[in-house]
Amino acid sequence: MADQGKVDPMHQFEVQKMFDMFHVGNHEVAFTTSAMWMVVAGLLLWVFMIGGMKRQLVPGRWQVAVEGFTGFISGMMNANIGPEGRKYTPYVFSLFMFILMLNVIGLAPLGLFGVHPFTVTSHFTITGFLAILSFSIVLIVGFWRHGLHFFSLFVPRGTPWWLLWLIPVIELVSFLVRPFSLALRLFVAMTAGHVLMKVFASFIIDGIAAGPAVGLGVGIPSMALMVGISGLELLVAGIQAYVFALLTSLYLNDAINLH
Amino acid sequence: MPQISQFAESWYAASQIFWVLLTFGFVFFVIGRGMLPKIEATVDARDRKVADDLAAAKAAHAAADKLEETYRQQSDASRAAAQKAVTDAKDKAAKDAEKRLAKVDAELDDKLSAAEADINAARTSAMAEIESVAAEAAGDLVAKLSGVKVAAADAKAAVKAVLHG
Repeated sequence: MADQGKVDPMHQFEVQKMFDMFHVGNHEVAFTTSAMWMVVAGLLLWVFMIGGMKRQLVPGRWQVAVEGFTGFISGMMNANIGPEGRKYTPYVFSLFMFILMLNVIGLAPLGLFGVHPFTVTSHFTITGFLAILSFSIVLIVGFWRHGLHFFSLFVPRGTPWWLLWLIPVIELVSFLVRPFSLALRLFVAMTAGHVLMKVFASFIIDGIAAGPAVGLGVGIPSMALMVGISGLELLVAGIQAYVFALLTSLYLNDAINLH
Repeated sequence: MPQISQFAESWYAASQIFWVLLTFGFVFFVIGRGMLPKIEATVDARDRKVADDLAAAKAAHAAADKLEETYRQQSDASRAAAQKAVTDAKDKAAKDAEKRLAKVDAELDDKLSAAEADINAARTSAMAEIESVAAEAAGDLVAKLSGVKVAAADAKAAVKAVLHG
């Protein structure tokens, strides 16, 4: 909080050091709040998946839930890439579940229990890392499978010969923009959603501070909007994880099957 | 925006990258590579089992249909055989009866003709007797009436002429 009675909507994105660990060159590696929530997400995911490992022929509820997620991703890989996509399902599944878990943990009302919630995916260092990872895998798979023929990706089928000087340039730019759009989309969606919620929350607090009449007049509509926006943000949390996974699978399809 | 302002701090990027590498590495290797294939294998095994069971059920259905068909064919065949046996037996019985009837007929015919022959023989012998008696009677009559003795042969011829016109 900047001033007394004012809510700084950006404060929630601050990473706090919890303890120092070691140095890499000039850089210090510390255990941070961001690191803590990533560890929590990984462990929660692990616990969730263990519930699906009973491997029963007739699954229980938990196993059905886990198999629903795995089936969702393997179905998406199958639809977008084909049978060869199966090899990359573990990566896309990990990506989807990790991002989804981080997004949802960021929205969880943990403040009620005195914990400071933090949305890891609202930092472009994290989304950028994941986007560059996906992009690198696409490049490696593409050049591994097709060699220099992978560059034919920049000449879509049916390009007229007199446009050959322009289309590859456009295609190259759109290809190189992919990791940025992948990283920024998730980072911006998460940041914007959380800022919006914080702004509406500050309306309620400021309204109450200005007196009961203003407090009720501003607070009640703001609260109603926040309920709606919270639901919307949950949807966005799922959609953004899905979009990240979907685009990764589409880019992988380019690398595996070319055009 | 702390995402940008904190970027300048020396610990921020290193910590973020280190921990995302570690946690995402854990998620990828333990969950993605370790657990996901097992869950997918379970799902695949279940799908295969369902498909196999469905195929087995379909095969059993087809087998049952075939069995019913052969049963029907067999029952049709045996019914036809039974009908044939019945008609054969009927035919045979009819033929036997006819034969027996014919035999009896022939016997009766034989008897009838024998009887007729007997009757004819009896009649001719009776006629012959009548002739001789009549000739005798005629000779006697002529002798009584006219006193003329008629030879037996003449009487016989006269009687014969009268009798046979």
